[in-house]
Amino acid sequence: MRDVAIVSVAQTDHVRAEPRRNEVEMVQPVIQAALERIGAQISDIGFTCSGSSDYLAGQAFSFVMTLDAVGAWPPIAESHVEMDGAWALYEAWVKIQARQADTALVYGYSKSSPGDLPRVLTRQLDPYYYAPLWPDSVAMAALQARAMLDSGAITETEMAEIAHRSRTAAESNPHAQLKGSPPPEELLAGDYVAEPLRRHDCPPITDGGVAVVLAAGDRARQWADRPAWITGIDHRVDSHNFGARDLTRAPSVAIAARNAGVGYGAVEVAELCAPFTHQEKILRTELSLDDDVVVNPSGGALAANPIMGAGLIRLGEVAQRIMSGEVRRGLAHATSGQLLQQNLVAVLEGDS
Amino acid sequence: MGERDDPAGDRSVAAMPEGLWTQPPVEVPELDMEQVRRVTEPATLVYTYTPGLAQTRFLRGLQEGRILGERAEGATDVYVTGRGMDPVLGRATTESVEVGPNATVTAFCVVHIGFGEKAPPTPFVSALIRPDGAAVSLYGTVLGIPYDEVRIGMRVRPVWLPESERSATFECITHWEPIDEPDVPAEELKGHM
Repeated sequence: MRDVAIVSVAQTDHVRAEPRRNEVEMVQPVIQAALERIGAQISDIGFTCSGSSDYLAGQAFSFVMTLDAVGAWPPIAESHVEMDGAWALYEAWVKIQARQADTALVYGYSKSSPGDLPRVLTRQLDPYYYAPLWPDSVAMAALQARAMLDSGAITETEMAEIAHRSRTAAESNPHAQLKGSPPPEELLAGDYVAEPLRRHDCPPITDGGVAVVLAAGDRARQWADRPAWITGIDHRVDSHNFGARDLTRAPSVAIAARNAGVGYGAVEVAELCAPFTHQEKILRTELSLDDDVVVNPSGGALAANPIMGAGLIRLGEVAQRIMSGEVRRGLAHATSGQLLQQNLVAVLEGDS
Repeated sequence: MGERDDPAGDRSVAAMPEGLWTQPPVEVPELDMEQVRRVTEPATLVYTYTPGLAQTRFLRGLQEGRILGERAEGATDVYVTGRGMDPVLGRATTESVEVGPNATVTAFCVVHIGFGEKAPPTPFVSALIRPDGAAVSLYGTVLGIPYDEVRIGMRVRPVWLPESERSATFECITHWEPIDEPDVPAEELKGHM
């Protein structure tokens, strides 16, 4: 295996709606910043991969237009996934492992504001038995939360505490969209959005994006004083048939974590992509995280949730904490689809 | 399967000549029940489109009867329609540059089957048209000349909707028509075709 690291990260200041700029105008400064931070140009990049979905902004061939921000001339090696950018990072990592490239630019972004996001997300469900019923994404998450509450896996108080802790942590994240939170007991006095979910249990709707640069071996050491080495990465999927799942579990997370080698050392920080409060509990359980692990110091997806970017941001957040020397070993999790259907786990480590 | 043998009749491909878009009949296994052959699932999503900064400048320009391109700082190429980027440099365009209105046909085709309510009577010419001063071409239709006399390098100008009927859309230019200027030699169009 080749040593591959995240060497640069840049993200937008996430907002509820970016009414002035189109997607390419929104994401270009982030791509430029990720390259400029390491003094790189697109000609230094061997492979470019992005994660986005045309459905979110209702923009046909959104990712092709966004390539204008890359400077794809002379022609570049490029790919795209209709998934969170974390899966674009995985593709790039495989490309580098296969020695098809030594460096990669990866980005994920979305503008969810032009459409009705909970409705738009129904389009990613099974087209025969789920999508025709238009079950919105908040209602779907509520089914999962209900299953957890009824099984005793979580309490509404725990859910409020997760919301409070996440958004309080986001106060120190300059890019976060939601910062600060009333105390849990005040949150619990709020109305239900889709019982048992209250407003604080739900992620914000976000316009934003993130870009990351990967590099192998000496190139990584050249570009970063302390590269964030990807020492393990794997992704797994649970059944798309939600009725066949135990919704209180996400076994794919545990398998991905095992294959990524999470247990080979202590985890100092974990960035988990849990758009809904109760999902953090599922992830903590599947990952067998110790209580002393710092979870989502950025605020996580509850503080900013650009679809197709929120997972890659988790990798970026852990990488930045390693590159700054704050921690030596961390875990990043990304999810794509609904109810933690598809999960990616990566272990990032700095040189000791 | 075209509309002619499509029992539900909801696929608007009637304009296509017989045999152009076809698929082989589907083989279905014998079942002890009537086969479900078609499921219709209506799906509507409504979006509020955000053209962005550069396209807003372009569309507002059209409303004023001007064609506005975009250029990145220090660059030479002017892009129209601009989407806010110089796609070769990967840098934001910051400067608005008026181009045209006179222009050159850089490529064209003769359309024999028109789609949409606003399609001109067939045959007509769809063309790529490079406004003077722009690095790239716009899409438009060329009218006011027999279709078989249109050629690459031909000089044209935009025909605008009356000012009172214009809004911020590409439809402000209804079509392009020839002007009495010599053709641009093909070698001068190199890199723009």
